[in-house]
Amino acid sequence: MAYPTTIRDAMQGTIEEIKAAGLLKEERFIHSPQDAWIEVEFPKGAPLKRVINLCANNYLGLSSHPEVVAAAHQGLETRGYGMSSVRFICGTQDIHRTLEERLTTFLGTEDTILFPSCMDANAGVFEAVLNEQDVMISDRLVHASIVDGIRLANQKVKYDSYKHSDMDHLEEKLKENMDRRIRLIITDGVFSMDGDIAKLDVICDLADRYDALVFVDDSHASGFMGKTGRGTHEHCGVLGRIDIITTTLGKGLGGASGGCVSGRREIVELCRQRARPYLFSNTMPPPIVSGAIKVIDLISATTERRDKLERNTAYWRKGLTEIGLDLKAGESPIVPVMLYNAKLAADVARDLFAEGIYVIGFFFPVVPKGAARIRTQLSAAHEIEHLDMGIAAFKKVGAKYRILGKSKKEIIEMHGG
Amino acid sequence: MDELQKTILEYVKKEYVDEDSDTEVDFETPLISSGIVDSFSMVSLKTFLEKKYKISIPDVKATPEAFDSVNKIANLVTEMLKG
Repeated sequence: MAYPTTIRDAMQGTIEEIKAAGLLKEERFIHSPQDAWIEVEFPKGAPLKRVINLCANNYLGLSSHPEVVAAAHQGLETRGYGMSSVRFICGTQDIHRTLEERLTTFLGTEDTILFPSCMDANAGVFEAVLNEQDVMISDRLVHASIVDGIRLANQKVKYDSYKHSDMDHLEEKLKENMDRRIRLIITDGVFSMDGDIAKLDVICDLADRYDALVFVDDSHASGFMGKTGRGTHEHCGVLGRIDIITTTLGKGLGGASGGCVSGRREIVELCRQRARPYLFSNTMPPPIVSGAIKVIDLISATTERRDKLERNTAYWRKGLTEIGLDLKAGESPIVPVMLYNAKLAADVARDLFAEGIYVIGFFFPVVPKGAARIRTQLSAAHEIEHLDMGIAAFKKVGAKYRILGKSKKEIIEMHGG
Repeated sequence: MDELQKTILEYVKKEYVDEDSDTEVDFETPLISSGIVDSFSMVSLKTFLEKKYKISIPDVKATPEAFDSVNKIANLVTEMLKG
């Protein structure tokens, strides 16, 4: 009776519904290290295809950097494979403390606590820090992990939201909540689907005016946004004014795993005392901690990699614009090619793969209805010749679907919204 | 009922539709299932209704289905007002 046929059929029925809605996610098996070129098995069992990767979060190209790999090896040799304990029992090594200190210095905050992932940091931080006298006021396009964290805390903490990047709407919400002990403004630094940047300068000014705290998830910015790569707070000129930064070590900062909450000393200490993902799971394992320390060393020593990423992003944007594609405007290395129609996005991604370019189509419910796109992401691992090959492939496939030089209205008329 | 619907419609437009958007909303427009209002931001609407009409909408009644159009929301508010 443990798993009867009726339950199995019900589960399978749900999977079929997901499939029928065109939302089934399929994994592509990569047989090489993460890099500009990767070898992909897709569909399952197909011969390996060597393609240029334009959809990884490998912004700084450090995922397979020899010095990072060597540091991870050294961590494995000197501190072992795992901790077999949560942090506060016997799961904290000297290198965990070192990485926390290095992140604090790099992000320009007061203190830092590591989490197994940024998903866990976001899931734990609100509940640990806020109470029933407070309010969380969030941008409506924040990452799903923040949504989950807010939902967990919403059992006791009031929640409200403002229209995406609408500063007038945020101000209204702050005014409405002046009776609260803490007003916490919650936003992503760089928004993952559109690649646009939060107006942190305005947000910090509003926070000053209405006596609010500011939370930023900088996962798509740490290591490269801002002139020395500190993040969106550096890009917007508000270093030292963000009260809570969460970020990941699973994207630009080496791309393995792990995350953190960094910010005001007492807030970080409250996370150490109360954040459930910190209290009840092992933290980052020694090899990854050692690799992450090396990542911080590398990007603290020189801005070369973030500078190259910036140049690559500008080159890519210019190239795609010149061949007549419709891009979301922005400055971050997330460059969405707008196609509006879900089937068109899937077809273009499939044809680009055949041309040796690996990208993915995104459509509802991941992005709003009628806003389907291919999200391209640049890396410091890309060379100009990789980008030229990508632009040529987009030109060929774009011509096939007659979308080059076409406006949003014309693409929708041709392919549907 | 007309006044109630108009008030809710006005709030939905102001709260959820961007000024430069070409999205049109009327009394029957699906709100949740169309993605205009997501379940995450629906809480603003619930708070507005509770404050404006001095009612308390229990979580079990505040479902995405019950909030899926201005008319459906108006029906729910009417039901709550009757107690």
